[in-house]
Amino acid sequence: MSELYDAAIIGAGPAGLRAAIELGKRGARVIIVDENPYPGGQLFKQIHKFFGSSVHLAGQRGFLIGQELMDSAKCLGVEFWLSSAVWGITDHTLAVLHEKNTHEIHAKKIILATGATENAISFSGSTLPGVLGAGALQTMVNLHRVSPGRRILIVGSGNVGLIVAYQMLQAGIQVAAVVEASDSIRGYGVHAAKLRRAGVPVLLRTTILAAAGRNRVETATLAHLDERQKLLPETAWQENVAAVAVAAGLTPLAELAWIRGCAFGNSAALGGFIPLHDADMKTSVEDFFIAGDIAGIEEASTAMEEGSMAGIAAAQELGFCSTEEKDREKKLIYQRLETLRSGSFGHIRQTEKIKIFTKMKGEFDEVRIDL
Amino acid sequence: MRILEHPILGTLAVQKEIPFFFDGQILKALPGETIASALWANEYFAFRRTPRYGAPRGVFCAIGKCSDCMVNVDGEPNVKACNTLVREGMHIQSNLMVEERENE
Repeated sequence: MSELYDAAIIGAGPAGLRAAIELGKRGARVIIVDENPYPGGQLFKQIHKFFGSSVHLAGQRGFLIGQELMDSAKCLGVEFWLSSAVWGITDHTLAVLHEKNTHEIHAKKIILATGATENAISFSGSTLPGVLGAGALQTMVNLHRVSPGRRILIVGSGNVGLIVAYQMLQAGIQVAAVVEASDSIRGYGVHAAKLRRAGVPVLLRTTILAAAGRNRVETATLAHLDERQKLLPETAWQENVAAVAVAAGLTPLAELAWIRGCAFGNSAALGGFIPLHDADMKTSVEDFFIAGDIAGIEEASTAMEEGSMAGIAAAQELGFCSTEEKDREKKLIYQRLETLRSGSFGHIRQTEKIKIFTKMKGEFDEVRIDL
Repeated sequence: MRILEHPILGTLAVQKEIPFFFDGQILKALPGETIASALWANEYFAFRRTPRYGAPRGVFCAIGKCSDCMVNVDGEPNVKACNTLVREGMHIQSNLMVEERENE
């Protein structure tokens, strides 16, 4: 594998696919590498309709968006390497493990769109089979069409917890409750209301004490917390459940950016440590871009916009599009991102994103950023 | 258990089933599904035991990141069940890292 690609993209999710499409349609030679056997990242488990306006493909279900992106990328001649894990990265070379052998991929530009992984929480029995990420349960149920059992529990009332709870009902699985340790629902009220109408208790100031069972989850012990978050052991009760789905946030998958030597910034609202980047999605390392959840935990719709941005910026540097074209597209992308980053949740992310851009500018004056 | 009917995804098309082995038991999988999915469909949730305490482990992240779901496939240890596709006649063993346990 000594041929030189214009761009190598790691991660075939919404961000990576959009980056590939923008590059591919301008004539660049693109390869996408993904360690999973299926492309699409987390789009194919998202059976709900997306929020936002029609320009964001809102109203479309995630898995259909995934299919469209895949079809476009393939039409444009983008090469796919699936079941291929990138384990090493230098200036313009990736070390890729594919079918037990390591191959090298060389590219002029590298775009990391590796996404994020779910956070675990610790409690008695939290390693038992059946305790898993809420997104993981969503994958098993919606993508693979297999069920852990008749009844499950969701821990965490963010949008992931609430949406996954509703999708379990759609799959015919009962939801014993959605429990939330804090005293307010962390996701959109509209999702919680929908669950409550369906008869699912959404319990605030409630936590999981233990999961138990022989070789797998059979019961979960829950208890309430007082207004100062102190456990009230006398309130403990048990639910018979086959799974405990933990929706405790996500962490960006940034290992390859650490290896590559990118400068990092920390933002709790964006999921922790993320590579510093500018509005073109360029990191502190030359020819090295990021897009999607690795650049801060957001939605699939924002990941797609960031993927487009990274793809167009890389295309411009490679000479596949003019500066004017890039600037024109960039303006439109940031108009759409502003809409997506509005509202109470989006607004925090918008502010945090600008902090990251500013920190990038402060530390790397030579990198141009203007919004 | 398989989810055969779904209001949005429709009816699951089961046209062909392929045999595979899990700890010596012969089971059936759908072509193109992952090992994790095939094991769940057959009501197996504990995929391995930890070498030191023998504690059961299964799917946690389902996207190839957490390494909790690793199994032994045709003699090869540490294969991620969640992102490896099941093949006809595949021999899957749950007791991972047997050698390590013996060396302890």
